[in-house]
Amino acid sequence: MTIVYDDHEGQITDVPVRRIRFTVNGEKKIAEVEPRLLLAHLIRRGLGLTGTHMGCDTTNCGACTVLVDGRPVKSCTMLAVQADGHEISTVEGLASASELHPLQEGFREEHGLQCGFCTPGMMLAAKALLDENPDPSEEDVRWALSGNLCRCTGYQNIVKSVLWAAAKLRAEAGEA
Amino acid sequence: MSALDEIKIGGLGASRKRVEDSRFIRGKGNYTDDITLPGMLHMEILRSPLAHARIKSIDTSKAWDIPGVHLVLTGEMMATRNLAWMPTLSYDTQAVLATDKVRFQGQEVACVIADDPYIAKDACEAIDVDYEPLPVIVNPRQAVADGAPVIRDDKESQTGNVIYDWEVGDKAGTDRAFEQADLVSKLQLHYPRSHPSPIECCGSIADFNRATSKLTVYMTTQAPHIIRAAVALVAELPEHMIRIISPDIGGGFGNKVPVYPGYVCSILASILLERPVKWIEDKSGNLISTGFARDVYLDGEMALRRDGKILGVRIHTDADHGAFFSDAQPSKFKIGLMHSAFAAYDIPAAHLTARGTYTNKAPGGVAYRCSFRVTEAMFFQERMVQAAADDLGMDQAEFRRMNFVRDEDFPHRTPFGFLTDSGQYAKCLDVGLKAIDYEEFRREQAEARKRGRLLGLGISTMTEPLGAGNSREYDILGIKMFDSAELKVHMTGKAIVRTGAKTQGQGHETTWAQIVSHELGIPADDIVVEEGDTDTAPFGMGTYASRSTPVAGAAVAMVSRKIRAKARKLAAHLLEVSEEDVEWELGRFYVRSAPDRGVTIQECAMAAYSNMPDGMEPGLENTAYYDPPNLTWPFAVYIVTVEVDPETGVWDVLKMVAVDDCGVRINPMIVEGQIMGGLTEAYAMANMQFITFDADGNCVGSNYMDYLLPSAWETPGFELHSEVVTPCPHHPIGAKGIGECAAVGGPAAFVNAVIDALGGTGVRNIDMPLLPDRVWEAITYRRDVSGAPPVRADD
Repeated sequence: MTIVYDDHEGQITDVPVRRIRFTVNGEKKIAEVEPRLLLAHLIRRGLGLTGTHMGCDTTNCGACTVLVDGRPVKSCTMLAVQADGHEISTVEGLASASELHPLQEGFREEHGLQCGFCTPGMMLAAKALLDENPDPSEEDVRWALSGNLCRCTGYQNIVKSVLWAAAKLRAEAGEA
Repeated sequence: MSALDEIKIGGLGASRKRVEDSRFIRGKGNYTDDITLPGMLHMEILRSPLAHARIKSIDTSKAWDIPGVHLVLTGEMMATRNLAWMPTLSYDTQAVLATDKVRFQGQEVACVIADDPYIAKDACEAIDVDYEPLPVIVNPRQAVADGAPVIRDDKESQTGNVIYDWEVGDKAGTDRAFEQADLVSKLQLHYPRSHPSPIECCGSIADFNRATSKLTVYMTTQAPHIIRAAVALVAELPEHMIRIISPDIGGGFGNKVPVYPGYVCSILASILLERPVKWIEDKSGNLISTGFARDVYLDGEMALRRDGKILGVRIHTDADHGAFFSDAQPSKFKIGLMHSAFAAYDIPAAHLTARGTYTNKAPGGVAYRCSFRVTEAMFFQERMVQAAADDLGMDQAEFRRMNFVRDEDFPHRTPFGFLTDSGQYAKCLDVGLKAIDYEEFRREQAEARKRGRLLGLGISTMTEPLGAGNSREYDILGIKMFDSAELKVHMTGKAIVRTGAKTQGQGHETTWAQIVSHELGIPADDIVVEEGDTDTAPFGMGTYASRSTPVAGAAVAMVSRKIRAKARKLAAHLLEVSEEDVEWELGRFYVRSAPDRGVTIQECAMAAYSNMPDGMEPGLENTAYYDPPNLTWPFAVYIVTVEVDPETGVWDVLKMVAVDDCGVRINPMIVEGQIMGGLTEAYAMANMQFITFDADGNCVGSNYMDYLLPSAWETPGFELHSEVVTPCPHHPIGAKGIGECAAVGGPAAFVNAVIDALGGTGVRNIDMPLLPDRVWEAITYRRDVSGAPPVRADD
């Protein structure tokens, strides 16, 4: 690894660095980060996982939602150093090599996305719901997604997408 | 061989699952901020905290001292390159970086280019600007008051703050109509400033390569070719050395049409530094400085005959354009297509006057999910119609029905001169009334009223002109508004289609293939769609104003027909008959006298590269430029029922039905998605979403904590109806625009419903958004409530 600084008469700002260990989509990682680095930026720039989007910077839009230890977190509000010792799941970890997650299928089947920018955050917020409540009502879904904004769809198809996925997950669980 | 099943191959009318979803659901979209180039630097903008102030000095020395900073740009430096100002899309000028003074809060003052965006932000904070505050103007009334400071003192010819006075229609005829009226109904309202606010903000990565002299810009633009032309003119670079690439866009809604200072600065920085420079706007920057919409005061009156016939309409609009007149709109019309108002009604005479003023607010005037201010036009229309019916004591539905343009009267010349093409207005209204169970609701409403419950029903209808041009009347900065499509059929019968439009979620990658499939019988899955790269896409005006299907979509159909015409010659050659003896069915040519003898479109494609007749130009490719003969005119009826809580002013939607007649639907699933999205924005504008300013010009609505957008929790459910289909008579496949109808027509339905619930109180108007405090005030004090800035203490 190489870091090159411009030489301003030998003056280098001593950027403090912290070493953190965490898991992302099942893979263990070690990173050295500035304490002020946002988790969203660690994910996007540090790990190159650009499926986590940034919309608002104020924890309102939810485009940057990831799962931290299974719970939905807006990663623009969490510092990367706070992820030390935790497990992070992003949209890139939803599908296996051969198979889409039922939520991904549901969003496609029910036209739950248009521009696609809010979609990863929506799917992860929905995943957290379905992990807790496999048979949610429409109201449950609307409440669980109320921290995630979408400007394209009007939400009706997003709700349908989540219910589609819930039904499929239940059917799969029944078969198993 | 039998004809293909068009739905099975993904042709016209198939609710084909979207092609683009495959990447988006995997997090593999490619938005501007996802792109990283080798050696890329990062740019941040320093914005003005004040709405109006003279810049006494800017000290950037501390910013330069921060390690990792490569460049600090100020207006003074931009001026040495003649780039401190740039032309707008409405023949005005706009500051790129401020030199003399700042004219709105959030205006771009300086920018820093650094190794890392965090460093660039740090360095912005290290810039010291000395401002001398000036008096601030936040509405047109203040702008024209005696002694008002001249905001645009940079323009020698500008002595006040008026930008234009404009009129359209028949003044004398309208005056006569008002003389003959039994009753004159009046309405005044303010359509609040709104921001399109896609979740993805604006951004660009400029990459100037000294070795090739080529400038490549990846950017969030809905109109890449217009941007290329603008960059050529503004930066004085040769157009063939500019490549604009618009990758995936995280929503546009009109916000990503204009040229913004951030784009220009990133380009200049890349030229100066010879490295790629990325600028990604933050949300506050987006909300306070980029293209807003609306902010128009509408004052109108309607001349009525006692029996309910509308005789004439007068409208005056007072538009607040902010500090620079940078509306993205056709150049012949100063207030967009505001004069499309009342197009659905048979009204003999109408007259509109319009005034535009400068204020100390962000510039913009973009078409936010609408075709150039038709949202304001349709909103005023339906609010005025409701007020007139109430004044006459007539039923809301009957009053509309008796004044609608009738089915047999098309094409119909509107009083402002538009030619509407087709429609079944009364039928749409009937479908809507049945769906909402109109008579039953009116009974329930009367019953509820006796018990002190306030129920209301609001109707809104709309027809809007979508698909600019024709090129005779529509141009932006003189560039005529047409569009194009290029289709290349490869030898194995697979194909690529490119257009000058640019999808931002509308699903062009799915639907353009369906049009080709409909015209040629090539399965949609065998056709790839590409847009957004000016080096490869044919010239086009981009995607906004619901113009993609009416114009670029038509070009896709027309280029497919050119391909089919050539394929017919190839078929005749392969079948060894004359061209006149060849018949077409979907996907196949056959011999008229022997239908079993035929060749598929794929066999024709192979022949175009391997077995063409002597003298025929090889290949199976073509381009079509489509200049529409007229706009398309979809029609819709939106009906909402609400309950208002008299104690708190909170109102809830009980039911909403939408009846949209947008002609032939290419992909019904996608069309319904567009309608639901539009209805949600309509609900947002009626209920919570607005940008306002305090008396000092501070923007209230500069982030998502103040600028409220509805979530899944607040957004009501919608019931959509597609029973009425009136194909567009002049569009090649009979389609009309649809992307914006619901956002255009929807708001009045909600407001009409709340006003209806307040029946008997004498309240004629509450300005949007209908916040609980405003509704409560209207109920409690039985008075109209204005929402004009400066901000109300209660809001």
